[in-house]
Amino acid sequence: MTASKGRAKGTNRLPLLAQAGPVSLWMILFVTIPMLFIIFISFMTRGTFGGVEYTPSLESYQTMMEVTYFHIIVKSLGVAAETTIACLIVGYPFAYYIARKPPATASRLITLLMIPFWTNSLMRLNAWMLIFQTNGPVNNFMLNTHMIDKPITFIFTDGLVLLGLITNYLPFAVLPMYSSIEKLQKPILEASADLGAKPSVTLLKVTLPLTFPGIFSAIILTFIPALGTYVITDMLGGGKVLYIGNIIKNQFGTIRNWPLGAAMSVLLLAVTALMIFLYSRFAKVEDMEVV
Amino acid sequence: MAEKEKLNRKQKRDRRRKIPWTIFAALVYASFYIPVLVMILFSFNDAKRNYSWMGFTTEWYPKLFSFGNHDLWESLVYSLVIAILATVISVIIGVLGGIGLKKFEFRGKRFINMMLFVPIVVPEVVMAVSMLIIFMIVGIKLGLGTIVIGHCTFCIPYAVIIIKGRITGDNETLQEASMDLGANRIQTFLKVTIPSIMPGIMSAAFLSFTLSIDDVMISNMLAGASQSTLPVLILSVNRTGITPDINALTTIMVIVMLFGMVVMNIMQRIHNKREARIMAESDARIQAARLAAEEY
Repeated sequence: MTASKGRAKGTNRLPLLAQAGPVSLWMILFVTIPMLFIIFISFMTRGTFGGVEYTPSLESYQTMMEVTYFHIIVKSLGVAAETTIACLIVGYPFAYYIARKPPATASRLITLLMIPFWTNSLMRLNAWMLIFQTNGPVNNFMLNTHMIDKPITFIFTDGLVLLGLITNYLPFAVLPMYSSIEKLQKPILEASADLGAKPSVTLLKVTLPLTFPGIFSAIILTFIPALGTYVITDMLGGGKVLYIGNIIKNQFGTIRNWPLGAAMSVLLLAVTALMIFLYSRFAKVEDMEVV
Repeated sequence: MAEKEKLNRKQKRDRRRKIPWTIFAALVYASFYIPVLVMILFSFNDAKRNYSWMGFTTEWYPKLFSFGNHDLWESLVYSLVIAILATVISVIIGVLGGIGLKKFEFRGKRFINMMLFVPIVVPEVVMAVSMLIIFMIVGIKLGLGTIVIGHCTFCIPYAVIIIKGRITGDNETLQEASMDLGANRIQTFLKVTIPSIMPGIMSAAFLSFTLSIDDVMISNMLAGASQSTLPVLILSVNRTGITPDINALTTIMVIVMLFGMVVMNIMQRIHNKREARIMAESDARIQAARLAAEEY
């Protein structure tokens, strides 16, 4: 099987090396080796003054299971799950709405969806903070309409972080679902209707199963980054809201416990691998819509 | 008549049923655009730092261009330099790699394809940390170089995927034709292959640039004690409150981006037209040649 087209054409391997060489080298140097190394480091001991001591131990995995860290891990998983579910509930009907428009309109609507994401993401997060400030428009509106007696503190809360996560990752959920709904062939839906299925039955038994790869891509593209972010929690949580991402980052900054940071990273890697494995059971990973 | 009325009523009912969906879609769009509008609005805020609205002023724009805020401009220039370097490197490696991975079969190809998938799905913080550890252990000084490497690592996979998507059977036919006509490999690559995938190259470059210029996590962790990029600066300024001149600068950046997008769109359209014309011409020539051959 490995007998190749390139080799079959002649013995000249130069074009192959020149074209596939750089990308292979780059990926091995900056993806494979660092990934293997981080797994290796996670099984080492923390140095007395930070850094790593090369004696194997499960120390950092034990630390990870301590109450404080374990609590953060569970909370991060929960928030990432909430983000994903919200993105699916809002994103699927939205993607469906766009996909059912005529192609020209649909592509315009997709562009309209992308444009805001060329603005600086941090400034967009900051805008949410301005909107939900104690004396911001939302609080003022609710005070003036007597919905509340005194302003609610939204900023630096888990709620605002969740809003930031959802609005930030929603397009990444919409795009793969849109492209799988768009590929859905109309005759199939019509057949379902002709055979007497109600629209709700068609949705449950035809549309959803057929667009499942898109839905699963959406889950992967929202759940995993939401689980690993430290920027959104930093911007909207003001350092008071800590998730896995923040803990990892801190181990390589002020706290200098590399093995613990590595072990937490390995946890994220494991979650990612698990999700990709599950995806591969339903659809070909290579076909996953990521761009 | 009755039939027609019935049809009309059905159409009306359908239209009425669509209204809630349109409202829903409009709300989703609002959630995307409101932050952008608020960001732009607060570039006109008459306050030292953006906490709440204090009144309208346009003074921040001239203030921005009097270059009083050195840190801001330095970080912008730094971000641009990094984004340009990362884009150029990613596009070159991505184009070569995209073609190579599509055209050749070789041992380890599946592995490389898998590795290309990693930076896309693995959380960015893990990518950043893993590269950070390697750089620290090998003893590479953190700074511009390491940030560019970090950005390329997550831009290259996207570039490769885009390029792979652009290559079709046509490209191979064209390449073979070019070689048959006596062009060598390099000439063919530069004069046939590259132009035929130009739109893909453009969108790969655009995506790499936007990914790089907006990146926070990798830039932040691989920067060391060096100059910070614009997003990293914003992240650190956020603790003390963002100044309206930053809003002014990012507003200008949005406008430039939009302008770039429009230009790219127009160029793509021109390219498509020209490609169609060339295809038609070559078709005609092939036909003529075939006729001539038959006659001969």
